[in-house]
Amino acid sequence: MIGQLIMTGIVAGSIYALVALAMSLTYKSSEVANFAQGEMAMFSTYVAFVMLATYQLPFWVAFGGSLLFAFLLGLFLHLAIIRRAKDPNVLNLLIITLGFQVFLYGLAGWKWGSEQRVLKIPVSQTETVEFAGLIISQLNLATILVAILLMISVYILLRFTKLGLAIKATQQNETAAKINGIPTRRIVAITFGISSVIGAVAGILMAPITTLDPNMMIEPLLKGFAAAVLGGFNSLAGVVCGAFILGIVESLFGFYISTEFKSIVAFLIIVIVLYFKPSGLFGTHYTRKV
Amino acid sequence: MKQPMLNIKNIETYYDRILALKGISLSIENGSVTAVLGNNGAGKTTILQTVIGLLDDQPEKGSIFFQGRDITGKETVDIVKMGIGYVPEGREVFQELSVLENLMAGGYMHNSASAKETIEKVYRYFPVLKERQKQMAGTLSGGEQQMLAISRALMNRPQLLFLDEPSLGLSPLLVDQLFDIIHQIAKDGLTVLLVEQNANKALAIADYGYILENGRFVASGTVEQLKRDEDVQEFYLGIKAEESVRATQRYKRKRRWN
Ligand SMILES: Nc1ncnc2c1ncn2[C@@H]1O[C@H](COP(=O)(O)OP(=O)(O)OP(=O)(O)O)[C@@H](O)[C@H]1O
Ligand SMILES: [Mg+2]
Repeated sequence: MIGQLIMTGIVAGSIYALVALAMSLTYKSSEVANFAQGEMAMFSTYVAFVMLATYQLPFWVAFGGSLLFAFLLGLFLHLAIIRRAKDPNVLNLLIITLGFQVFLYGLAGWKWGSEQRVLKIPVSQTETVEFAGLIISQLNLATILVAILLMISVYILLRFTKLGLAIKATQQNETAAKINGIPTRRIVAITFGISSVIGAVAGILMAPITTLDPNMMIEPLLKGFAAAVLGGFNSLAGVVCGAFILGIVESLFGFYISTEFKSIVAFLIIVIVLYFKPSGLFGTHYTRKV
Repeated sequence: MKQPMLNIKNIETYYDRILALKGISLSIENGSVTAVLGNNGAGKTTILQTVIGLLDDQPEKGSIFFQGRDITGKETVDIVKMGIGYVPEGREVFQELSVLENLMAGGYMHNSASAKETIEKVYRYFPVLKERQKQMAGTLSGGEQQMLAISRALMNRPQLLFLDEPSLGLSPLLVDQLFDIIHQIAKDGLTVLLVEQNANKALAIADYGYILENGRFVASGTVEQLKRDEDVQEFYLGIKAEESVRATQRYKRKRRWN
């Protein structure tokens, strides 16, 4: 039983991990938690839905199209909105992302209504596979695998590519990056694009588990945020660990203590971490130079 | 006349409403080492940051030419691309990147094969960096971080190198070593603009010098000329004059004149 519960926690944790990773990446580049991350993911998921349902495109085309849209949406947020702000401080930027969130939420509600739709994906939700004595649905297995694959891709990008090096350099010291010829503004914009793509994958994985409606990402965003706080916003590996810990703790809490209060776990975690270890479990406490 | 490498004409730079550079003109000859000397707050860093384009909308007045091309108000990235390397005050290495990654970031504008070639050249000046390739830059000693910052700037293969107080916070012995290497780099053909408070060390390797006070140059010339100047001797090189009170008065008077 406990194995099964942990498995459920890992599935949820995968989604939280992607959301947390997306938020942490842009946070490190811009010092602001992008609260529009969830709605951007939701909107991108609708784009996939429209391509599938309205235009009857094959799944992989819709999937690719949705990710491309997400990337452009991320660029747009940075180039057209965030960068336009004059001498912004962290609070201004936070409010800008909240504004963008409200805008996307409203737009989605107007365009697609609040009715719940079904995103058709090529894996089954009812068929199961057995794995090390545990039973897991195809969908859940796919969720875990896709999430892990994406995390590995992000790791490879940051660890082994020139773009990744430029992203890290810009995150650590923007002035120093500039004087080494790194086009920092373009790099930050690309980081927003990448984060948005990661969020969109989370959205597409999330939609079949729950349903597709404008509210779908509100809870995952808050959980992802909690996971990022738990792991330490500055450490990408940390936020991923935080996400899996949160997913598993939630799952165990839901079974052994109370299903109704399952959601409270995330907020308890935020409060406890902010009280006792504000830099998170794995976060280092270095100050970024701007 | 030969075209100077860098030609700064009468620039004025403001921080909000405070005038930090009050009409600075400076010309750097190809292949030379030029030292700008001045005390804390004189405006040395401000000159470098203005030229490299780090201060938004500055300079307010004046113009800056690099190899005959107007770079006034251009983007930092474009100026760097044209061939100016900048070693900022306080090193500013990427703390959480390894030594090697710092150097690769410095070579961002070149492809990785050519960057790797440059790294080998840079290691010849600073062999200790090669030993520490894998180490996080934030864990290097101050001297090693300074070497890394210089090496990182060399990675772009600049024609002109700005050095902002390389001696800051280093032991006298290390300063000697570092200045020997800077001297060698200059002899190998790089034009250098060196900003320093340590006038003795700077003038030992420079060809030309400028003395900056309160955002203005109060003296300039070849190093020989500056070394003969009594005021420079007393106030920057620490050579005692006999009547120091009168000298101060004379100096103040002279400053007002400039
Ligand atoms: N960001 C800033 N905002 C306002 N004033 C500034 C700023 N940076 C520098 N100044 C002021 O401009 C003047 C010149 O500063 P600058 O840093 O260029 O001096 P410096 O000669 O490099 O000094 P040091 O040797 O201490 O590095 C100083 O009076 C300083 O207070
Ligand atoms: Mg300075």
